[in-house]
Amino acid sequence: MTPVLEIRDLSVDYGQGEGAVHAVSSVNLVLNRGEVLGLAGESGSGKSTLAYAMTRLLPPPGIITGGEVLHHGRDKPAPVDVLGLSPKQLRSFRWNDIAIVFQGAMNSLNPVSTVASQLEDIYRAHRPEMSRAQRTKRSAELLRLVGISADRLGSYPHQLSGGMRQRVMIAMALALDPEIIIMDEPTTALDVVMQRQILEQMMRLREELGFSVLFITHDISLLVEFSDRIAIMYAGRIVEQAASEDMYRASSHPYSKGLLGSFPALHGPRRPLTGIPGSPPDMRSVPSGCPFHPRCPSAFDVCEREIPVLEKLSGTNGDSSRSVACWLNTPSLSGHPGVGAT
Amino acid sequence: MRFLLRRALFYLVTAWAAITINFMLPRMLPGDPVQAMIARFQGRLSTDAIASLYVLFGLDTESSMLSQYLTYWGNLFKGDLGLSFTYFPTPVSEVIAQSIPWTLALMGVTTVISFVLGTMIGVYAGWKRGSWIDALLPITTFFSAIPYFWLGLIAISVFAVSWGAFPAAGGYEPGLIPGFDWEFISSALYYSVLPALTVLISSIAGWILGMRNMMVTVSSEDYVTVAHAKGLPEKRVMLGYAARNAVLPSISGFALSLGFIVGGTLLVEMVFSYPGIGYVLFTGVNAKDYPLMQGIFLIITMAVLVANLLADVVYLMLDPRTRKAA
Ligand SMILES: Nc1ncnc2c1ncn2[C@@H]1O[C@H](COP(=O)(O)OP(=O)(O)O)[C@@H](O)[C@H]1O
Ligand code: SF4
Ligand SMILES: [Mg+2]
Repeated sequence: MTPVLEIRDLSVDYGQGEGAVHAVSSVNLVLNRGEVLGLAGESGSGKSTLAYAMTRLLPPPGIITGGEVLHHGRDKPAPVDVLGLSPKQLRSFRWNDIAIVFQGAMNSLNPVSTVASQLEDIYRAHRPEMSRAQRTKRSAELLRLVGISADRLGSYPHQLSGGMRQRVMIAMALALDPEIIIMDEPTTALDVVMQRQILEQMMRLREELGFSVLFITHDISLLVEFSDRIAIMYAGRIVEQAASEDMYRASSHPYSKGLLGSFPALHGPRRPLTGIPGSPPDMRSVPSGCPFHPRCPSAFDVCEREIPVLEKLSGTNGDSSRSVACWLNTPSLSGHPGVGAT
Repeated sequence: MRFLLRRALFYLVTAWAAITINFMLPRMLPGDPVQAMIARFQGRLSTDAIASLYVLFGLDTESSMLSQYLTYWGNLFKGDLGLSFTYFPTPVSEVIAQSIPWTLALMGVTTVISFVLGTMIGVYAGWKRGSWIDALLPITTFFSAIPYFWLGLIAISVFAVSWGAFPAAGGYEPGLIPGFDWEFISSALYYSVLPALTVLISSIAGWILGMRNMMVTVSSEDYVTVAHAKGLPEKRVMLGYAARNAVLPSISGFALSLGFIVGGTLLVEMVFSYPGIGYVLFTGVNAKDYPLMQGIFLIITMAVLVANLLADVVYLMLDPRTRKAA
C-alpha cells in the first residue's frame, strides 16, 4: 500500500496564547491510495478541524501550529507539503487533488446559482482550455454519474431535495477526477435510507474511479461498514487506529470500545448498547494526562499524569497496522496483560 | 408572476387608501387657507374672487363631500392637482414638474453613488476583515451620526462662508436662464457639489456597514468555504459567491431608499435652499398651501409604492428562492 496523503504531527489551535483551544494535537495519519479511511469520534473531538487544516480551509481564529501534510501526487517524483504551497499552487491543488464533501450538506451549494454554473465554475478555474460546450457536456455526465438526470443542470439548489443536493456535491467532487475525497459527515442531515443509498453509490464510484476517501463521521456503525481502516479521535488526538474488521471485533482502547458499544450495529451480531458514561471534554480545559481518564472505566494512577502516545500494538496475531494510545498497553505500568485488556 | 400580481394588487389598494386620506386630511384640518390667502393679498381681492377661490381649492361648502371626492379623482386622472396658493395661479402639477427634476438630479444621483460606492467598500471591508478599511468605518459612522441639519450647516459655514469654495444656497448662478447649455449645466453641477457631498457623507456609512456585516456573515457560509475548496480564484469567490448573496438585503434597502428620495429631500433642500421639491414643500407648509402639500404628498406616496414594487421585482430577479411561487 502506498500513501497518498500523510499527516505528520499536525496540531491546530483556535485562538492564541492563554485561551487557545488545542483542537488537534500532534495527529499522525496516513491515507493510502485507493482506501477508505474512516475517522470517528464524538462531536467536538476535532474531526472537522483536522479536515479543514489539511486542506488549509481553517476559518479564523484557527491556526496550524505545527506539522506537515504530505501529498504524494500520482505523477510527482517527490511528496509536497500542502502547508507550504503558495496561494497559486494551493488553488491548483484544491479540487484537482483533494475534493471535499462537507458536513453542511444543505448549505454547500450557492443558493443563487444554478447547479450548472457551480459545476462549470470548477472547469473555468481549473481547465480554462475547455469550451463552453465541453463544460456543459462534462457537467451533464457528472450528474448522470451520481444518478441525477441532466435536465437538473438548470435547477437552483432550493429546487432539489436534500439527497439530491448531496449527490450534486458528490458529482462536483468528482469533477476533476481527484485522488482524494474528504467526506465530512456527508449524510448526517439525511434520513437513514438516503444515507445508505448515497454511501453505497459513493463506494461504487470509488471502485470505478479509484480515488481514496477520508470518511469522517460520528456514526461508527456506518464507518465499520464502509471503511477499510478506522481511526478514532478523542479530544484532538488519535487514540486508536486499526483495520475496520479488527476495530469492530476487538477494539483495544477503552474509548473505542465505548464508542462501538454506543451504536447499534446495522448488520452482523447485535451487541448490547453500553455507551460511554460522562460527556466529551470541554476543549478549553482538557483533562491532564490521558484526556479520557475522567470517563475511563479502566483508568489507573499513571493515566492522570501522563499522556499516552500512539504506539503500534505488538504481539497480535501478526497484525502490525494497529496502534493504540493507552497506558493499558504498557504492561510494565499497568500490570495488565496488554492487548485485549478490559 | 402570481406573486407579483398579488403585490401589485396590494400596492394598488394602498395607493387608493393613501389618495383618499390625502383628500380627507386638509378638509379636516383647522384653519382656513382662503382666509390666509386673503390676508396675504391684503384686501386686494374682490368678494367674487374670494368665492371662486373657495371653489377652486375644493373648499366649497356647497357641494357634498362625495361629489368633491369624485371631482378630486377625476382631476387626478387629468393630472390636475389644483392651483397652488403660494405660486398662485400656477397649477400644482406645474410647480411639481418644475422642481422635481432638481430633486431627482441631486438626490437620485447621490443616492445611487452612495449605494454603489458604499456597497463596494462594504464588500471589500467585509472580505478583508481587519484591514485598513476597518479604520475608515468609525469615521463614516461618525458623520452619519451627526444630524443632517448640523452637517449641512457646518459644511456651509466651512466651505461656503469661511472658505468660499462653494455657494451656500441655490441650485445655479442667479441670473442664468435654465436650459441645456454648458454654462447653465456647469453652474448647476457646481452648486450641487456641497449638498451632494453632505448627503453622501451622511448616508454612505449605512451601506458600508450593512454590506460589511452581511459579507462577514456570508463568508462563513458553507458554500463560500466550498468555493474556496474548489480552488476558485479569490475574486470569483468574493464576488460570485459571497457578495452576490450578501448584497440581497442591501438591494431591497436601495430600492426603498429611491422611494424616499422625494420625502427625504426636505431637509437637504431647506438647508441649501435648493430649488427642488423639498424646498417647495417647505414653502408650501409655511403658507398652508394645501393643494401643493397634497400634490407633493401624493408624489411621495406614489414614489414609495413604486419603489416597493421595484424592490419586489429586483428581489425576484436576484434571488431564485423567491421565484418558487412563480
Ligand atoms: N471557530 C472556532 N473557534 C473556536 N473554537 C472552535 C471553532 N471551531 C471549533 N472549535 C473547537 O474545536 C473543537 C473541535 O471542533 P470540530 O473540529 O468541529 O469537531 P468535530 O468535527 O469532531 O465535531 C471543538 O470542541 C471546539 O471547541
Ligand atoms: S490511558 Fe488510562 S485513562 Fe486513558 S484510556 Fe487508557 S486506561 Fe483509560
Ligand atoms: Mg465536524
